[in-house]
Amino acid sequence: MSRPANVMAVTSGKGGVGKTFLSANLAAALARRGERVLVLDADLGLANLDVVLNLQPRLTLHDVFTGAGALDDAILPAPGGFSVLLAGSGLIEYSRLTPQVREQLSEITQVLAPRYDRILIDTGAGISDVVLHAISLAGEVLVVATPEPTSMADAYATIKVLALQQQRRAIRLVVNQVSENGEGRTIRNQLQLVADRFVAPQLSPAGGPPLVIEFLGEIPIDSSVRDAVQRRSLLLESLPGSVAAQAILAIAARLAG
Amino acid sequence: MRLAARLDSKLPPRFVHSKFRPITSEPKALSLEGALQLLQQSGQALPVGHPVGSDAWLQSLIDGLCELSSRDALTGLANRRQFELTLASEVDRVARAGEPAMVLMIDIDHFKQVNDQHGHPAGDLVLKAVASSLRECIRPMDTVARYGGEEFAMILPNCGPSFGQAVAERIRAHVMASPIEILAGQRVAVTVSIGGAFAPQWVRSSALLWVERADQQLYRAKSAGRNRSCLEETQVSLVSPEERGLLFGTSQFQDLE
Repeated sequence: MSRPANVMAVTSGKGGVGKTFLSANLAAALARRGERVLVLDADLGLANLDVVLNLQPRLTLHDVFTGAGALDDAILPAPGGFSVLLAGSGLIEYSRLTPQVREQLSEITQVLAPRYDRILIDTGAGISDVVLHAISLAGEVLVVATPEPTSMADAYATIKVLALQQQRRAIRLVVNQVSENGEGRTIRNQLQLVADRFVAPQLSPAGGPPLVIEFLGEIPIDSSVRDAVQRRSLLLESLPGSVAAQAILAIAARLAG
Repeated sequence: MRLAARLDSKLPPRFVHSKFRPITSEPKALSLEGALQLLQQSGQALPVGHPVGSDAWLQSLIDGLCELSSRDALTGLANRRQFELTLASEVDRVARAGEPAMVLMIDIDHFKQVNDQHGHPAGDLVLKAVASSLRECIRPMDTVARYGGEEFAMILPNCGPSFGQAVAERIRAHVMASPIEILAGQRVAVTVSIGGAFAPQWVRSSALLWVERADQQLYRAKSAGRNRSCLEETQVSLVSPEERGLLFGTSQFQDLE
């Protein structure tokens, strides 16, 4: 199956690193650049994009899956000038997701991809089958990590699995919550070093394109982020001048090329 | 007091936050004999030290009833109702925190034979003795409950795959090594079969699914000949100690899980 190039999965390995926060604000930053953006909330087990955006959806992805609602009716305008398709909380334990639900998620992505300039898939945390399935629908992958050791290790594990199981050779990285300038790039270099040493030899075909971790940027620790989250508003809307908001705008600019 | 009264008039009693003082009714208007009798019969301490009919007296009466309704009458363990309440809150906790947790279902092997050969009073003694063996195996944060019949259940927060099997085996061995005196001078040894399942990381499970997964493992332990423990297999770590060592550049993180 084709992986639409304008669909980017946002994933993290470890939870609680700001994946949904980044998805929402990156979407707003891209929308500000004139892109038509949709965030597809595929965190089927633990969705909280609706909380981040303070939305109360009438229809969700869950309703689309069960036939209770039409796809077009489930797509909502979000405060940052982009669209969202929310997961709803009716789905639990990824492992229980049926092949039909997986197939439906693929179909929905294929149907929506041509309608937008960019689709961000906010996947769940972890490296479960359904997270990997959601990522497999996307042409591009963005891994979010923090400098915390468990987050780095989980980001590395995610990169490794994506390279080996999905034949990914280009994976983007954003490092959130850095405490000093340049920390993000150092982490990227470290991840690349370990991938070169341990993952590259397992790639097939040998001698094919190398695995490249592309550094998209870092977001400094910034109390504005907590303020925005507490207010349930987008950082880009409520505190656009904050250093974290500026960092996200820079990431969007790099992404848009 | 006025605030409590106002809230009371608007909300059904169960929504009134516990910090508000209840409206003190005339104690004579309440029929409390039944409640007091229940507490007395169950061996629970009756409210003492507070004037009869005072708020504090009523509160301790209610606390006693709550305690009573959360315990299994025979074994004194948490009952199934309490187990399900605790499990539901554990589901919520581990989903977001990403912490490990284990549920064990524990069933006494050939319990029917004990009943048939030695009579029901002996069966009750066995249930009580196994219950107290199980209680000896847990940490204060754990929950052990009588799930029904000769089946027990445990919730072990922060218990991950790396030592789950050791915990389950220790419990199994402890029960086996604790012979039970069912008549003066007559002892029986019983064994248990144990099935266990871990909380799915970063995914909201349901209490029902989690217990069902542990039950499947219990069935596996029974089918394999009883007196053994079977845990659901979990994914082995994707990151080797060598990769971890290179990722963090030093050995200081190597003892991290």
